Amino acid sequence: MSKPLAKLQGVSRVYQKGKERVEVLHDIDVEIPEGDFIAIMGPSGSGKTTLLNLLGGLDKPDAGTVVVGDAELSSMSNSQLSHWRATHVGFIFQFYNLLPVLTAQKNVELPLLLTRFSSKERAERAAIALDIVGLADRAKHYPRELSGGQEQRVAIARAIVSDPTLLLCDEPTGDLDRETADEILKLLQILNKEHGKTIVMVTHDAQAAEYANRTLLVDKGKLGFKAAA
Amino acid sequence: MKYFGLIWSNAWRKKIRTSLTILSVFVAFLLFALLSAVGYAFGVGANFADAERLIVINKITLINPLPIAYQNRIAATPGVRSVTHNTWFGGYYQDERNQFAQFPVDPEEYFSVYSELVLPDEQFEAWRKNRTGAIVGQALADQYGWEVGDRIPIQATIWTKADGGRSWEFDIEGIFSSKTAGAGATTFMLFQYDYFDEARAFGNGTIGWYVLRVDPDADPVQVADAIDQQFANSANETETSTEEAFAASFAKQYGDIGLIVRLILAAVFFTLLLVAGNTMSQSVRERISELAVLKTLGFTDMSVLWTVLAEALLILAIGAILGLGVGWLAVEGLNSQFGTQVPLYLTPMAFVTAFVIMVVAGILSGIMPALQAMRLTITDALARG
Ligand SMILES: Nc1ncnc2c1ncn2[C@@H]1O[C@H](COP(=O)(O)OP(=O)(O)O)[C@@H](O)[C@H]1O
Ligand SMILES: [Mg+2]
Repeated sequence: MSKPLAKLQGVSRVYQKGKERVEVLHDIDVEIPEGDFIAIMGPSGSGKTTLLNLLGGLDKPDAGTVVVGDAELSSMSNSQLSHWRATHVGFIFQFYNLLPVLTAQKNVELPLLLTRFSSKERAERAAIALDIVGLADRAKHYPRELSGGQEQRVAIARAIVSDPTLLLCDEPTGDLDRETADEILKLLQILNKEHGKTIVMVTHDAQAAEYANRTLLVDKGKLGFKAAA
Repeated sequence: MKYFGLIWSNAWRKKIRTSLTILSVFVAFLLFALLSAVGYAFGVGANFADAERLIVINKITLINPLPIAYQNRIAATPGVRSVTHNTWFGGYYQDERNQFAQFPVDPEEYFSVYSELVLPDEQFEAWRKNRTGAIVGQALADQYGWEVGDRIPIQATIWTKADGGRSWEFDIEGIFSSKTAGAGATTFMLFQYDYFDEARAFGNGTIGWYVLRVDPDADPVQVADAIDQQFANSANETETSTEEAFAASFAKQYGDIGLIVRLILAAVFFTLLLVAGNTMSQSVRERISELAVLKTLGFTDMSVLWTVLAEALLILAIGAILGLGVGWLAVEGLNSQFGTQVPLYLTPMAFVTAFVIMVVAGILSGIMPALQAMRLTITDALARG
């Protein structure tokens, strides 16, 4: 087994809902090996998104440590986390979350605005990323001119353009039909196998989870790997 | 500025809304330009006022004359360096609409007091030697197409001649310019007092007011008091003030134009703030989830704040530049038509003021939405979106 890329130790996350304390994650330990493709499944509200946010440095645990690569996210400041996210992690959401005012090309270039690349280099890298997801010919299109599947491909291009090691996907196929979903999942598989990306994907869909190497189950604040079928 | 494309695209999210906002900024700055130019026209005297110059008028009113005989006594007052006199002629050229200022003066004295005027030596000599000679400002010469050597009739509205005539003829002997910039600096005419005093039907031996320059080390207030004391209890008591104070009181005759202009502009810019502020807060409310995405990608809270603030500044800047540009063209156009009667001018100071207003309005209209965008937490915003 290769060395872990991400390591959560004793992680708890508690939300205050009015007067009620909801402990979404309780004393979690998990390791994610580099180069793995993991699916996370669990009932709605079980803390899947919370777990993903902790891995991506969007949220901080109330207890425990989150280490990704060389960075201990749980002890970093918000602006340190911003800088870290810019180069170490790519996010893919259920509703794509592209900026409607920018073309596909410009959406993909966005993360590169935070780097030292010149505008020419930014354009070149974005073009390569769009090519990888098979949308080189849609660079000039605005999100409203694309289908759902195409929008999600642009979002994937945006997630990989700064060449992060870790991709975090929150129900990436939740809004797509079966056929389109399979195409997106195949693309993720290629990114994992051929481009060496470590992928953590939250999904409701057991068929989608089949594309991953392993499935992690989350329920009632606890998690564990699903026994191999 | 690599964020410019992002800021620009965001600004045009709703094209009609942004266009209307820019239109209201445009109107506000156009008004600003026009009203500044009008305000300038009403304060023209004050614009050229010189703190080292004093004006001596009849204590009763500016319209009452003073004896020419006062000049030597004023000149002898300690602290007075040079003194000259001035009289309002109030004539027009050919048509009553062609009004401009004419003053009968003593050439040498006048130029020693008004050292900002520039006239070639040989033209000055020719004027001095010709009793019916006159010199005109460059702007005036341009307006009426006058050249040195022209003979022009000026119709008097006050000063009839001893022979009963109202038409005064002058030979243009020179055209002067001014070291002071701005419209109104060269829109008047000067001619010889000797000719004027001899030829006029009444008022002989009097002048309108005196202008004097004090020694650089003298206290203008003390010199003014000393002059007024000399003529206290005489038939014509005097009132001496700085040129600046004099010009200001002259402009007050029209009511406090400056205050009115400022009040109108304050109302316009207050409305502008509401419009631009509303546009920005709507725009930010519509893209909460997009702002959260930017933060997810690694934009810091500060850079998100700046992109929103820069968007407000951009909208203000587009409207302001268009408004000032069109305002400037309009002022130039009006000036070439009516400049000698009402000198309109956009001073460099007006542009600086406009720039400051633009930046302040941009910050005020953008700061609340920008702070809202900055404070947004990713997890909340994405859960909501
Ligand atoms: N920012 C928040 N504030 C309060 N409660 C939250 C917040 N985010 C999530 N929760 C709660 O935490 C629980 C887990 O949420 P989440 O991780 O989004 O679940 P999942 O993605 O598995 O559906 C839910 O009960 C949700 O209501
Ligand atoms: Mg979720």
